[in-house]
Amino acid sequence: MISAPDVVAFTKEEEYEEEPYNEPALPEEYSVPLFPFSSQGANPWSKLSGAKFSRDFILISEFSEQVGPQPLLTIPNDTKVFGTFDLNYFSLRIMSVDYQASFVGHPPGSAYPKLNFVEDSKVVLGDSKEGAFAYVHHLTLYDLEARGFVRPFCMAYISADQHKIMQQFQELSAEFSKASECLKTGNRKAFAGELEKKLKDLDYTRTVLHTETEIQKKANDKGFYSSQAIEKANELASVEKSIIEHQDLLKQIRSYPHRKLKGSALCCGETEHTQDQTSQAATTSNPDESADTDLYTCRPAYTPKLIKAKSTKCFDKKLKTLEELCDTEYFTQTLAQLSHIEHMFRGDLCYLLTSQIDRALLKQQHITNFLFEDFVEVAEKQESAPPKPGPGRPPSRSLEECPIPQVLISVGSYKSSVESVPIKMEQELGDEEYKEADVAEMSSFDPQENLDYLDMDMKGSISSGESIEVLGTEKSTAVLPKSDSQASLTVPLSPQVVRSKAVSHRTISEDSIEVLSTCPSEALIPEDFKASYPSAINEEESYADDSEGAIHFQASVSAPELGEAEEGGLETPPSQIDSSCCIGKESDSLRVPLSTPAHTPSDQDGVVSIPPQRYRQKDQGFHVDFAVENAGPLRDSSSEGFPADELDPSRLLASRDVSKTSLDNYSDSASNMSSLASTSSDRTPPSAHPTGPSSERHKKRAGQNALKFIRQYPFAHPAIYSLLSGRTLVVLGEDEAIVRKLVTALSIFVPNHSRYAKPVKHWVSSPLHITDFQRWKLIGLQRVAAPAGAGSLHALSRYSRYTSVLDLDNKALRCPLYRGALVPRLADHRTQIKRGSTYYLHVQSTLAQLCSKAFLYTFCHHLHLPAHDKETEEVVAGRQASFLKLTLGLVNEDVKVVQYLAELLKLRYVQDTPGTGHPMLRFDYVPSFLYKI
Amino acid sequence: MLRWLIGGGREPQGLAEKSPLQTIGEEQTQNPYTELLVLKAHHDIVRFLVRLDEYRFASAGDDGIVVVWNAQTGEKLLELNGHTQKITALITFPSLEACEEKNQLILTASADRTVILWDCDTGRQVQKVSCFQSTVKCLIVLQRLDVWLSGGNDLCVWNQKLDLLCKTSHLSDTGISALIEIPKNCVVAAVGKELNVSFVTGSHVGEMIIWDILDWTVQACECNFWDPSPQLDTQQEIKLCQKPNDISIHHFTWDEENVFAAVGRGLYVYNLQMKRVIACQKSAHDSNVLHIAKLPNRQLISCSEDGSVRIWELREKQQLAAEPVPTGFFNMWGFGRVNKQASQPVKKQQENAPPCSLELIGDLIGHSSSVEMFLYFEDHGLVTCSADHLIILWKNGERESGLRSLKLFQKLEEDGDLYLAV
Repeated sequence: MISAPDVVAFTKEEEYEEEPYNEPALPEEYSVPLFPFSSQGANPWSKLSGAKFSRDFILISEFSEQVGPQPLLTIPNDTKVFGTFDLNYFSLRIMSVDYQASFVGHPPGSAYPKLNFVEDSKVVLGDSKEGAFAYVHHLTLYDLEARGFVRPFCMAYISADQHKIMQQFQELSAEFSKASECLKTGNRKAFAGELEKKLKDLDYTRTVLHTETEIQKKANDKGFYSSQAIEKANELASVEKSIIEHQDLLKQIRSYPHRKLKGSALCCGETEHTQDQTSQAATTSNPDESADTDLYTCRPAYTPKLIKAKSTKCFDKKLKTLEELCDTEYFTQTLAQLSHIEHMFRGDLCYLLTSQIDRALLKQQHITNFLFEDFVEVAEKQESAPPKPGPGRPPSRSLEECPIPQVLISVGSYKSSVESVPIKMEQELGDEEYKEADVAEMSSFDPQENLDYLDMDMKGSISSGESIEVLGTEKSTAVLPKSDSQASLTVPLSPQVVRSKAVSHRTISEDSIEVLSTCPSEALIPEDFKASYPSAINEEESYADDSEGAIHFQASVSAPELGEAEEGGLETPPSQIDSSCCIGKESDSLRVPLSTPAHTPSDQDGVVSIPPQRYRQKDQGFHVDFAVENAGPLRDSSSEGFPADELDPSRLLASRDVSKTSLDNYSDSASNMSSLASTSSDRTPPSAHPTGPSSERHKKRAGQNALKFIRQYPFAHPAIYSLLSGRTLVVLGEDEAIVRKLVTALSIFVPNHSRYAKPVKHWVSSPLHITDFQRWKLIGLQRVAAPAGAGSLHALSRYSRYTSVLDLDNKALRCPLYRGALVPRLADHRTQIKRGSTYYLHVQSTLAQLCSKAFLYTFCHHLHLPAHDKETEEVVAGRQASFLKLTLGLVNEDVKVVQYLAELLKLRYVQDTPGTGHPMLRFDYVPSFLYKI
Repeated sequence: MLRWLIGGGREPQGLAEKSPLQTIGEEQTQNPYTELLVLKAHHDIVRFLVRLDEYRFASAGDDGIVVVWNAQTGEKLLELNGHTQKITALITFPSLEACEEKNQLILTASADRTVILWDCDTGRQVQKVSCFQSTVKCLIVLQRLDVWLSGGNDLCVWNQKLDLLCKTSHLSDTGISALIEIPKNCVVAAVGKELNVSFVTGSHVGEMIIWDILDWTVQACECNFWDPSPQLDTQQEIKLCQKPNDISIHHFTWDEENVFAAVGRGLYVYNLQMKRVIACQKSAHDSNVLHIAKLPNRQLISCSEDGSVRIWELREKQQLAAEPVPTGFFNMWGFGRVNKQASQPVKKQQENAPPCSLELIGDLIGHSSSVEMFLYFEDHGLVTCSADHLIILWKNGERESGLRSLKLFQKLEEDGDLYLAV
């Protein structure tokens, strides 16, 4: 948690276009620029353009062949969200920009109707009058009864913030692609089933007709055919033709995955997705692992019926609903995915960006981030994502593994089109494989590149006013060296691209909609990114202010061999300064790499070079681990509370939807837990992820309670020191709710042993045992009245050397003395911080700093091992002590904290299978003191 | 310490009576064990530990299973199942010379009246002897003579191929509770005596019998460890008889110069040359001491039924220590009369004052029930086993931290991620 979004957005964004620091120091410059919409609302976060909806939502629309464009459903399905916003009108808008080349039917030269496996189109669209901007994702589903067998649909993410759509385009696209893929898979399955039925019907009809004709033939011995007989024969012929047609269709739909595999070199998107689906299915109550295997097999229990050979197009018949078009199961999955998207992109753009950067940075610290962060498993999952270039490889990918981009406007045309008209791109069908590959590729974009590229977009769009704007960006094949990236925007087009460019053409429409058509860009990186990136700048300022806590490596090196040690243990990153990220710069100038020297030597992009993919499906192992964690001899594992909730993603997602109030009081009562659990069980969203916004409330709550604790108890410092140094803190009290609340609050200070579970036990009523101290670092213990409670108190006094005891009823604490400087900074009772979430972030940033210290300490070779054979252990110990004291600036007991964290780091690094078993119990023979209010 | 927690300020029961118990605070600078690992595999009292090699040990107990552990990592290596009842003795067995494979073997005796020879590398049962009339309570291997002895109600001598060489007649109903080898081909057997009420002279407390190995006959019987003095007054003896548990020898060990004995709650050091007790700690623990061991650095470790392990150091006492220490082992009988003795100046001869003292330098608290035995590894620390079914591995935290660092940098180097200073 390096970033602090509270700091960011008080300025206008034009400020970032130029360098604010280079401006002449006029007095006016110090004043905050006037907020342009100050007349409308007092705060800059109020809806800028007076949109008619209160927050972002997802709209699914259909271009119905009967009634035209119509909205189907919104997510969230709440009229309050979209308010007076005209969904019908907007559906018309979004459906009218469908660029999918979705012509189906009898292509010239083909005998049979041909199914086209149309790729989705992704468009950004704005309506300044409505104040709505949307990412629109068009897709086509197959319906046997529909015209041309296709039903066009679209999913739109509608927001009032244009920049949000633009800057989050990649993420939106990736997420919506998943949803779309899910829908389409279900649809193919349903369509195949439909075809099977139809074929059976036809077959049956043919048999019936055939026998009838035979009968007529026999009955007719005159040698000429009656008109009736001719009619029958014609009917039979048309049935047979229809059978062939349908068989062909069935073949086509069945061959879909093979075509895909054949066409794209990067089939990982598809396979991954199917894996996702199976894993999703496994989590649902009705697992359907065989969904993919029997995808196209027919339903056995179908009795064929007699049908008319000619397919009649009747316009009064009811078309299938979306749910009928797809398998219900897939439909629910899609809905879950969509509501996940809605959660994911909820909130202000700057918040989203900060948290993305945040995550990217955290991912960099993959050696230390398990200690205090709680969503690292997401980051870890991403590392195995196939499209990411491996650490050993050069950053530029070779052509064959790089997907060929299919986007077709060069920068020149893009610039010229800014003030012109909407583009309608029609692409050759041959592009679809490329597109497919692109979808898979999309998730691997570097955030910086992303931002850069989007930044370019922004600039383009800013120049034009209310009128129509069209923004397309080029996608270059090879990743270019940064220096000439701007100059060579149009250069590296592969032959394929040129060819496909040739086939694409634009059509001018009269529409007044602004179409900001974006296409995935691989590597267009303007160099001047830094100035346009708000949070980075603010971050830099705040970081520089905190020089006390910063690590000044070279300044305070005392012994020459210490310098050697540092140089030896740490690899300084490439001296290139990443302009986009001040933290990278900071670390570089201080020669203290935040990134791990061991693992990312080839990360040329500095700190923010890792894709901030939102999430991935979590693997099953995660759940299993959790189960094991609770399967032990725990006393009340069902009411685990906070960490359990953080761990169980399905519960999280469900709980978000249940009610805010229950969540707010959530950690206070166990009964809420059960209610939440029950609600989650009947919904079981398969693609749930513990994303930011949900646990945000827990964090806020925890931060608030921690703040309260710090203000209320003068002895909060030694208590927190106990937690940080790995000495188990037992919170003793009679009232379960109070104890749980405090335990939850204090758990933000507890370093994790492994990635999966915090070593926190919220509520125990039986006497503690030595194994409890080995396993748990924070325990809520029930005070039972004597004589029943004598046992647990006796155990507590017996094991007093391993524990600190916080007695809530007596307002007393017994724990070792603390005289360090770290905890006062972490938990200042006179802090100006008022909000729980802010305090949580403060804690996280302080702890992140602490982690980096522990990292340095752990990975400096000469601090732990002799530099050469003749060195004695005393020399090493002395060097260690001086490093801790002078270089890291640790006072007294702070050393113990860093040492404890270092032990955890070592254990984790050395462990072959992380997360197995509990670490040993470490303790010190130090006297304890009694604090009382 | 936690009296405020308990609220009423009640004294823990029993503490007042056992006032002379030496305690040490939470600050134990000399205690090296700052890390522990709890090992769980047994489901009954763990009574025996035996060291197999530099890094392995085996544990056995009332659940009848033997578990082989890695002392470094705490990893469970093997589980040996074969006994139907609780295991009463466990000892390592030297490999047969005829045997090609030099696997580590152990002998276990059980209450099912069998003795099994195990292979600790494969977990295989090598051989099983089941011709005992009584439960074998102790085993000892005399490596020089290539024999091993089993002690129950009688004493049997076996050779390496598990053939019975000879056996004594029925010794006692309680049987031999401990066997120890001393030089000159002798073994010392402690015959667990029942201390009956008619005991008057006190002469048979902690009786030791010295056996000559060569002719398997009792050479010197009743070579009393502590020569009972006729000066003992009857009063003390009666006191003693009321608390018989306080004065039975539970365990003893020895080195070149000293025999260390755990008697009741106390620890005694008997010097073989001086033929006298040179140091004693009458109430070393809250209750009976079950096992003691001498460390190389003049340290003594004891564990007790009170669930604690204590580390002692044998220190030379300054000659002119004027403290009225209850002198001589004669006073060991007088637990109940300590106060009285302290009040009346004891006129003892100067040479009776122990020249050394046992200083408590640390205690290990982890088990919730009596600590049955422990095992000392130079490299890996201390292993304790207890009636709470747990085994705890106590380690030197600093040393482990260093080892982990070493491992870490080794791994870094293997991965090619270690960069040397320019």
